[in-house]
Amino acid sequence: MSWIDIGHIDDIPLRGARVVKTHVGCVGLFRTGEAEVFAASNSCPHKGGPLSEGIVHGQKVTCPLHNWVFDLNTGEAMGEDARIATYPVRLEQGRILLDGTAVGKRSAA
Amino acid sequence: MLPPADMPGSDRPPPSNLWFAFSKTAGACSATPATGRSSHYSQLRVHPMSRKKLIVIGAGMASGRVLEHLTEANPDAYDITLFNAEPRGNYNRIMLSPVLSGEKTYDEIVTHGDDWYAGSGVTCHFGERIAAIDTTAKTVTSETGEMLGYDKLLFGTGSNPFMIPLPGHDLEGVIAYRDLEDTERMMAMGPDNKVVVIGGGLLGLEAAAGMAARGVDVTVVHIMGHLMERQLDEAAGYLLRKSLEDKGITILCGANSKEILGADGRARALLLDDGTELPCDLLVMAVGIRPNVALAQAAGLAVGRGIHVDDQMLTSVEDVLAVGECVEHDGAVFGLVAPLYDQAKVAAQTLLGQEAAFVQRSLSTKLKVTGCDLFSAGDFAEAERREDIVFRDPSRGVYKRLVIEENRLVGAVMYGDTADGNWFFGLIKDGTDISEMRETLIFGPAYQGGSPVDPLSAVAALPPEVEICGCNGICKSTITDAIAGGATDLGAVRATTKASASCGTCTGLVEQLLQVTLGDDFQMPAAQSVCGCTDLTHEDVRRLIKSQELKSQAAVWQELGWTTPNGCHVCRPAVNFYLLADWPLEYRDDPQSRFVNERKHANIQKDGTFSVVPRMWGGITNPDELRAIANAAEKYDVPTVKVTGGQRIDLLGVKGEDLPYIWADLNRAGLVSGHAYSKGLRTVKTCVGTDHCRFGTQDSTGLGIKLEQMLWGSWTPHKLKLAVSGCPRNCAEATCKDIGVVCVDSGYQISIGGAAGMDVKETELLVQVPTEEEAIEVVMAVTQAYREGAKYLDRIYKWLAKVGMDWVKEQVVEDLDNRRALAERFELSQSIYRKDPWAERAKEPAPFAPLANLELEAAE
Repeated sequence: MSWIDIGHIDDIPLRGARVVKTHVGCVGLFRTGEAEVFAASNSCPHKGGPLSEGIVHGQKVTCPLHNWVFDLNTGEAMGEDARIATYPVRLEQGRILLDGTAVGKRSAA
Repeated sequence: MLPPADMPGSDRPPPSNLWFAFSKTAGACSATPATGRSSHYSQLRVHPMSRKKLIVIGAGMASGRVLEHLTEANPDAYDITLFNAEPRGNYNRIMLSPVLSGEKTYDEIVTHGDDWYAGSGVTCHFGERIAAIDTTAKTVTSETGEMLGYDKLLFGTGSNPFMIPLPGHDLEGVIAYRDLEDTERMMAMGPDNKVVVIGGGLLGLEAAAGMAARGVDVTVVHIMGHLMERQLDEAAGYLLRKSLEDKGITILCGANSKEILGADGRARALLLDDGTELPCDLLVMAVGIRPNVALAQAAGLAVGRGIHVDDQMLTSVEDVLAVGECVEHDGAVFGLVAPLYDQAKVAAQTLLGQEAAFVQRSLSTKLKVTGCDLFSAGDFAEAERREDIVFRDPSRGVYKRLVIEENRLVGAVMYGDTADGNWFFGLIKDGTDISEMRETLIFGPAYQGGSPVDPLSAVAALPPEVEICGCNGICKSTITDAIAGGATDLGAVRATTKASASCGTCTGLVEQLLQVTLGDDFQMPAAQSVCGCTDLTHEDVRRLIKSQELKSQAAVWQELGWTTPNGCHVCRPAVNFYLLADWPLEYRDDPQSRFVNERKHANIQKDGTFSVVPRMWGGITNPDELRAIANAAEKYDVPTVKVTGGQRIDLLGVKGEDLPYIWADLNRAGLVSGHAYSKGLRTVKTCVGTDHCRFGTQDSTGLGIKLEQMLWGSWTPHKLKLAVSGCPRNCAEATCKDIGVVCVDSGYQISIGGAAGMDVKETELLVQVPTEEEAIEVVMAVTQAYREGAKYLDRIYKWLAKVGMDWVKEQVVEDLDNRRALAERFELSQSIYRKDPWAERAKEPAPFAPLANLELEAAE
């Protein structure tokens, strides 16, 4: 794993989301709590809705286009046979660290 | 004592059946039946003269249940005459506390309205006491002097509240908490009043919490060391005390009342024996009840603490039965509803000549105070050979304690999380050997056998004999049998088994049983509640936000018992709107609780781009604005430019990250957001009116612009579209808008409730006013009434269908003070929201851009 600092937790509103552009496409960073962030694909497998624009509730997000609900722990769509990719992310002293390997960035070496 | 539990009764009459309606018609009710009914039955078969006469004294919950059983089992068995000292029929006395707190209305808790009595052939004498009984001649004499003979007599005289004979207890302003009159006295109290409640038991606390919810300054005086000492241990009592104090209630435990001080014949303060004086406008004594036995005693029935009854509910005198709080059975008297219903069933069977026996059973208790979730059952006193299992989670305010004796559960106290209460109660009643699950027992049924926590599997795992409905003593197998027998929805289960038909606490369990048993054939009735996060309806939530003064989303989730940590995409936008509509100054709009369009202030399109619609006041524009729009369209590569139906221009296909920049450009030309995306004011469409049109009667364009400038930026339950037409030819199509104004020679016709969407509706005339100023005030007032009352996502026509045009007219046409007050409240809210959201966001474009771009870094 190669952890990349992509910003401060307060750059994302509580129960909101922002996107990060990566080689695997746009990744949504979802702030579900004061100090809790999930990273998952920004694209809904149904019609490609931008998940980072959805309403974040509990540890879930609802797609803004047709209300599919995704569990951010697993990426599974609730009540649908579909899932989105999830990526390792962690918080260190308020900084958001995303696993660069998982989102397609080679480590510097 | 009012038994504990929560409830929507299934057998309540239609809402129109207000109590005062049937108390007024009680006389008519008693006059009708005998002749009308006997002719009806003679057509069927029975000889009316041969029917036995049953006289019932007291129309309470127990005797009411006897009548239900009797008339259901055999409507021809008896000619029934019912006397009640209260001037009304049977209502669900348990539910007076939710009426007091404002969570229910009286008509929602009526069990038997006059329709029911008429339909069941019961002759009613309400507000009429029995003066004398002759058990030898088998007659009763009422206080009006009427004498009636009986074959069977049933006592259901209930209980009287116990009044401590303190000096001053007979002063005006000292009441008990027993009936509707008492409840109404308490409901008359408001934020300027002080009330002292003596008694920290179930009833006293429900009274205190109900009044506190109305803003009353309440002090509870309790003689014991902790609250509800008969049901709770000290730790649970502490948690309860804490959460009641959080509701603003002052609680004094270990406090001895000495005297009620009066002035001019009215109670003015309670004096404690330590010298403390507690001023009060009303003093409520809620210290217990005594069976009401005076009449029975006078009639010569054997009486101890209550009227002595045997297992068949027969008294010491032949052909005389008794049920309810007035009886004493095997040394016990009763205050909770469950055993009363058991007695009622036995009494009905005895009256029908069937064999039945009343058996006392152990009881569980719940407190009906919103936000105080507690449960207690069995015996939890500390004793030798008893062991405790205790679980605490202070951050959630959860406390659970199980008391075990010889591998059997004998008591359970829970506070904060009572979901497993019925399961524990079942273990206590059945004396189940718990040695094998002892390690995980406190975590409840879901953990037994290691299965995951799923409410449905927990319900499925319950053994058939476990009790689901505590009020009516209905076990799981009775319900599943009923479901198998064709009762496939909640109403049918209630009708056939009575499960969940009293306090309603077990409604969720019954629905889960329906789902487990029927699978996909059962549709969980989630439609009425806001969403899966709560059982409350939109109407409940709106009312509680106002009555409990909930001013944040966290307060709503916590106080109204949301089952999710912070709501979901369905409830969050609704709650956000309700809060900002009711508390414009205190509550701050939460963008994270808005749908993407309202958060982005642009309409998301199917490809993830956005559309941008600047406001054109009243549909009027000019070359500068048009040039700015054309320049923006070119600069941001807008693929589609369209004229909308609301008389403005839509730029479709703008990229999300460009939004703040295109807005800044448009702002520079004086253009602001058109809110084409919001549940709020959209446009005010106009025709050219007297400016140019030869038919125009008034300046419709000018009025449209004024209205749009007054209303823009306001949030409403759903989108709000207006139009102003200059004459009845109605070129602005005002009569299919949410609010439409049609100008006529003599003034302005304002009509509301139009729509041209999935439903097409023509507006209904609200009022015609002579001046433009009045037209604007009416429009603001009706908009505010809609904002304050409607369900989220109801347009005006749907709201109108619920409240009725007459009500709206009362609010904004007939009551001019109220119209002005509504308009002022609207203006107050507009002082916050009448501003351009684009300008604010254009200043800070960062949140519209990606947080980081790792594609670029990789390319280095």
